[in-house]
Amino acid sequence: MGESLKAAIDWLFQPTIYFLGSAALLAAVLYFRKIFSRPIWMVLFFSLGSVFLVWALGDPDFKKIMTKPDNVPIVILLASVIFLSWLALRQAVLNDERTKRGEPTLEAELGRKKVFTWPDLVYTEFICIILFTALLVIWSIEVAAPIEEPAASARTPNPSKAPWYFLGLQELLVYFDPWIAGVVLPGLMIVGLCAIPYLDTNPKGNGYYTFNERPFAVSFFWVGFILFWVSFVILGTFLRGPNWSFFGPFEYWDLHKLEPLVNVDLATYFWVDLLGTPRPDNPLVREAPGLLALLGYFLVLPPLLGKTLLRKLFAQMGFMRFNIFMHFLLWFGLIPMKMLARWIFNLKYIVGIPEWFFNV
Amino acid sequence: MQKLLQAVRNTQLWRSVFRHGYPDTPRNRTLAVLSNTFLHLHPVKVRRSGIRLSYTWCMGGLTFFLFLVETITGLLLMFYYRPTAEYAYQDIFGMREHVPLGIMRELHRWAAHMMVITVWLHMYRVFLTGSYKPPREFNWNVGVILLVLTLLLSFTGYLLPWDQLAVWAITVGSNMARATPFLGHEGPGASLLSFGGLNFVHAGDDARFGLLAGRFVGEGALLRFYVLHCVGLPLAAATLMAIHFWRVRKDGGISGPL
Repeated sequence: MGESLKAAIDWLFQPTIYFLGSAALLAAVLYFRKIFSRPIWMVLFFSLGSVFLVWALGDPDFKKIMTKPDNVPIVILLASVIFLSWLALRQAVLNDERTKRGEPTLEAELGRKKVFTWPDLVYTEFICIILFTALLVIWSIEVAAPIEEPAASARTPNPSKAPWYFLGLQELLVYFDPWIAGVVLPGLMIVGLCAIPYLDTNPKGNGYYTFNERPFAVSFFWVGFILFWVSFVILGTFLRGPNWSFFGPFEYWDLHKLEPLVNVDLATYFWVDLLGTPRPDNPLVREAPGLLALLGYFLVLPPLLGKTLLRKLFAQMGFMRFNIFMHFLLWFGLIPMKMLARWIFNLKYIVGIPEWFFNV
Repeated sequence: MQKLLQAVRNTQLWRSVFRHGYPDTPRNRTLAVLSNTFLHLHPVKVRRSGIRLSYTWCMGGLTFFLFLVETITGLLLMFYYRPTAEYAYQDIFGMREHVPLGIMRELHRWAAHMMVITVWLHMYRVFLTGSYKPPREFNWNVGVILLVLTLLLSFTGYLLPWDQLAVWAITVGSNMARATPFLGHEGPGASLLSFGGLNFVHAGDDARFGLLAGRFVGEGALLRFYVLHCVGLPLAAATLMAIHFWRVRKDGGISGPL
């Protein structure tokens, strides 16, 4: 029974099912937020989670990956993200119900009263600091900081992993070349985060938890932070082994696990499979279908959407804001689209010009 | 006993340090905050709604606390660490072998990991409460840069133990710079920047070379990362933190309904 359960969990955690399942779960939580914001879910999560951990740590492969010293913070991250997301959702649901009944939000009600920093704020900070100090000291006594063999530039470990907080980006390398996964996307992420206050023109939801007053903004950040950042970090840390192959949480990290590489460029699909001719030599001609698709995606789609589906949004945001917002959104959308294309069509590159290192 | 304490409190020495009595009256509570360099980061009075733990999660404050922990433990570690390829690994290894009950490196490493997490969660909370909205747009931007600096601080520190884990993690991370458009020798467009068959951007002068002070993670990179980790980035972060806290006050304190 135990072995088949482990096999089932390993199967569940393969990247496609893991990603699509998390996306579906996230959508369900946000849609049925009234149900999921009940405290019983957190009781269930933490009690079942502890039972699962105790059981699973009996497995040598699971234990090896979970108790690696540098992986401990990721378990903390997972638990705190789930708990705090629930806490935020609960307060949002309660506030939305208050607003519906015509009452002020909890923050507005409490905000009328001012209290002294000493002692009301100072003691909260003090207790937080004491608790964190205790946590750090116990953690430091229990778990020694890792130190491996001395640096040797001739011996490459397999897998070679970046520090854990960059593993989400390293996971993107499965689908994109380094110039996109390692430079353009992180760069856009930083600029995009900076742009948020200037793109979000909705004056509501300033200074209190809410969902109904800014459903798109909250959903968007949940998807970005939880699905594309935290869950990717977890995927890259726990589920990627030698050669960046996928390994289930209970699977042995076999150096010789074979993963067939059958990925095909869009150009091959177009010229060879569709037209039955060999691929042209001139890279620009060869990649014309992919280039046209990308141009259409980035240059035609925003004005088209602004005139049709998103007319209201366009009117609300204005020309500049709308176009900047759409370009961030389209770059972001490129990630799941490329992932799906890889899983369904084994698509390697939309545009592949290795001569110029220009592969998308 | 009471008399003795009273006498101590009446000395010129005591009164020169503490300019108010025990903070249990409104006047003394006000003075406690106003006359203390560190507490005066806070206003004297705050909105009841803004200081609930379920509202702020205390993540911003904890990030600052962890930064202080990193500063103190880092300073102590600097006494025992020489940033050269010859000594770096031995010095770190020696800390485990020769220091009884030594947990300074552990405190430094785990607090660093926690700081990355608390920064993320702080940003998450600020987003979910809409606290980046006017008038706090600028402070959100300062926060984004502080997030980047936190990650860079952690990244530069990751190399310093100079073991296999460190060197290869930084190799994987810095390999990305090689693919920077136009500025990395394997980036798109770099091959266009050539003149008479001579490449301007190559492995010896591209973005990665600038980051590592070499073609691979070697002694130059170790020194560069050490200086950035111990001096450059903390100074930048401290400056931006001062701006960040100042602006929190100037923009109306902990956010709340308008």
